[in-house]
Amino acid sequence: MNTIIFRTISPVLVALTLLFSVFVTLRGHNEPGGGFIGGLIAVSAFALYGLSHGVPTVRHAMRFHPMEIAGFGLFLAGASGMLSIVFGVPFLTGLWVFPTIFGVEVALSTPMFFDIGVYFVVTGSITSIALALEAREGGV
Amino acid sequence: MNPKDIIDIAADVTMMMLSFALLLVVVRIVRGPTLPDRIVALDLLVGVVIGFIATIGLKAEIFQYLDIAIALGLVGFLATVAFARFVMTRGRAGDAATTLPDSGPDSAYSGEVRR
Repeated sequence: MNTIIFRTISPVLVALTLLFSVFVTLRGHNEPGGGFIGGLIAVSAFALYGLSHGVPTVRHAMRFHPMEIAGFGLFLAGASGMLSIVFGVPFLTGLWVFPTIFGVEVALSTPMFFDIGVYFVVTGSITSIALALEAREGGV
Repeated sequence: MNPKDIIDIAADVTMMMLSFALLLVVVRIVRGPTLPDRIVALDLLVGVVIGFIATIGLKAEIFQYLDIAIALGLVGFLATVAFARFVMTRGRAGDAATTLPDSGPDSAYSGEVRR
């Protein structure tokens, strides 16, 4: 769609939506949120960018094919479960470390990496569907 | 009268006004002579719902509701844009002009179908 208002405002909204999706994903461990809903919010950002600037621009901006992103997410989610082999506990057991980075105690855990993996799987697969549908309709 | 009472009364008044606005939105969606009227009414519906969520969150002191309001604001805009694009490309999508204001039951399927 070639309206100048929409084309001007949409990159700002896309950046804001992607930031919000990361926020929702990382907060998901203790409060409402999580990888799935964060991924869906990210997909809505990519779909909005595709509506305003066209599908080829989105594919170029993502750098990787959406299905590659989905595959990476699946690998990350699986690897976070496989880590329990090393510690001799059942598959997908939550493992926690609390390193101190720059004087702040950071809680890192395998559930968080599993959630990030879910985020990438949802983002990649649903973005793939959305871009395919938008491209079929004839682009901008 | 402490601040909590003021916020409670303000939230009640706001909910009444939003309910009235919701009623008017429904009237516009049902009556709305053209498709763009209905799309703008649906966009307004999202806005009214955002107001509802924020008011309920303030009244119940559950501030996670505000995040739902943010997400709904971002996604509702996308829905409106998608509807607008649907209106723009409808001529090329090949469906008959059934909901245009000047199309009676006679002309409903007489429009030429382009693809």
